[in-house]
Amino acid sequence: MITSELASKMRCSAISMVHKASASHIGSVLSICDIVAVLYGSVMKIEPENPNFKQRDRFILSKGHACVAVYAALAHKGFFSLDALESYGANDSWLMNHISHKVPGVEFSTGALGHGLSFGVGKALAGKQQNSDWQTFVVLSDGEMDEGSNWEALMFASHHNLKNLTAIIDYNKLQSLDTVESTLSLEPLVEKLRSFGAYVIEVDGHNHVSLNKALSYTDNNKPLVVIAHTVKGKGVSFMENKVEWHYKSPNLKEASNALKEIMKANA
Amino acid sequence: MRNEFIKQLVKLAWKNDKIVLVVGDLGFGVVEPFANCFPDRFFNAGVAEQNMMGLAAGLASEGYHVFVYSIANFPIFRCAEQIRNDVCYHNLPVTIVSVGGGLAYGNLGYSHHAVQDFAFMRVMPNMTILAPGDPNETKLCLEFIADKPKPSYLRLGKAGEIVYNDSTVLKGDGYLENILVRSNSNIAVISTGAVLQPLKQMLMNIDLKDLDVFTCPIWGMSSKVNMLVSLKKYKKIITVEDHLADAGFGSWLMESLEPEDRQKIQIMALKHDVCGMVGSQAHLNAIGGINADKLLSLLRE
Repeated sequence: MITSELASKMRCSAISMVHKASASHIGSVLSICDIVAVLYGSVMKIEPENPNFKQRDRFILSKGHACVAVYAALAHKGFFSLDALESYGANDSWLMNHISHKVPGVEFSTGALGHGLSFGVGKALAGKQQNSDWQTFVVLSDGEMDEGSNWEALMFASHHNLKNLTAIIDYNKLQSLDTVESTLSLEPLVEKLRSFGAYVIEVDGHNHVSLNKALSYTDNNKPLVVIAHTVKGKGVSFMENKVEWHYKSPNLKEASNALKEIMKANA
Repeated sequence: MRNEFIKQLVKLAWKNDKIVLVVGDLGFGVVEPFANCFPDRFFNAGVAEQNMMGLAAGLASEGYHVFVYSIANFPIFRCAEQIRNDVCYHNLPVTIVSVGGGLAYGNLGYSHHAVQDFAFMRVMPNMTILAPGDPNETKLCLEFIADKPKPSYLRLGKAGEIVYNDSTVLKGDGYLENILVRSNSNIAVISTGAVLQPLKQMLMNIDLKDLDVFTCPIWGMSSKVNMLVSLKKYKKIITVEDHLADAGFGSWLMESLEPEDRQKIQIMALKHDVCGMVGSQAHLNAIGGINADKLLSLLRE
């Protein structure tokens, strides 16, 4: 399955799951579907039948509220059945509304922002200690970069030359209540990250060729930060760049229209 | 205690190459033996406690037993969410080591008074509290946790403590260690942590024969049940801790016993008034309510 097809399937699953569970964060989910599809569909070493195999690449979703994208990717890649996605957000489901390490293929539970990068730094440090050749990928949100812990983690990662760490910032320019710019401006983000010692690549976060190239980059001696310029709600026109779709859940009609649009775009 | 800690950690690390020490830019004059013996397993995370605890969890998730060393409240409250979510929820082998439990840094002010640490640690599922009362208990606590690594909090005093527990192995999580046990005693005095040191001094001046003295160096949410039988025979139980009375060891023990036994418990712990006061550990303990007069009154009540 090519990664664009995987991304399209993930988007369809995501709309259905979030609608059925009356859950939030569909905008954040659609924002990272292409990033996650390229990672699971092309870049990362994975073994769906053996999720914990030693030489796997480690993936951490620090913006745990966008877990639906990862659950969908894991199911479409065969880590567990597609039917399991039906239980998302239901009572006693292991597919809870923030990413859970109880799900096969998930390394780390998050939900509170600012945890994933430090945890990834620990994993990358362990990988370096053991001369392993696996990579640790951490997906963060732009609003999450408000957390001081991320900057602590970047300092440590640069200081220890953790080139086996790749952080991907989902830069969709919207956070919970407003734009990133009017909430707590991140700019100049590239310069800030470089001044913290990261090797920075900017990329269109919905272009699979560019994503593939950036996420596979290995020529750096420093931790790699990929700034993925994305659109919150990508793929569903009435959700794109709308702050309310951080929390709003699509009703039946909205979900149906969204599915039609996604399928039409990938027909 | 801190010297015994590093001595034993070095000893354990020679046997186990998965033991790693992460410090928060503290430990001058203490951690060097480990850093010198195992430079590739020693990391100074800098003055950045959130990242320190998060990366410790990440290292632990890859098979390491990570000791995170700092002092007083620094490896606890600044990184409280990392302890709760990253270490405890994922049940990872991270041992948080804090030197200067209680009012050991009394003169340094409220920022350095670790008098609410038990309250935080004891409400974390999967967390085991290790609160040795002397250097030997420090050694035994380390051996206990190195044998079966898990989320744990090692609360140390500072230096110069006297050995009162000469056991060669601890009984385990939620069990009492005999310090002074006679036959037919009706009163049990149980301490946790370095407060054993002033407690023993106080007891020397108290002429009471009807008294057993224990420590409880290992305890936590999961081991409450172990207390039920061992204390049944006593008419009075006095707990001693250099922590605020609120949500500390005495409260834990009270929750551990059956309702009819809870009234037997008298808690000797710090009063709120001590918060914000400055002085030596002995001075603050005395005015905070850990003193011989208080102990006598609890014994005679």
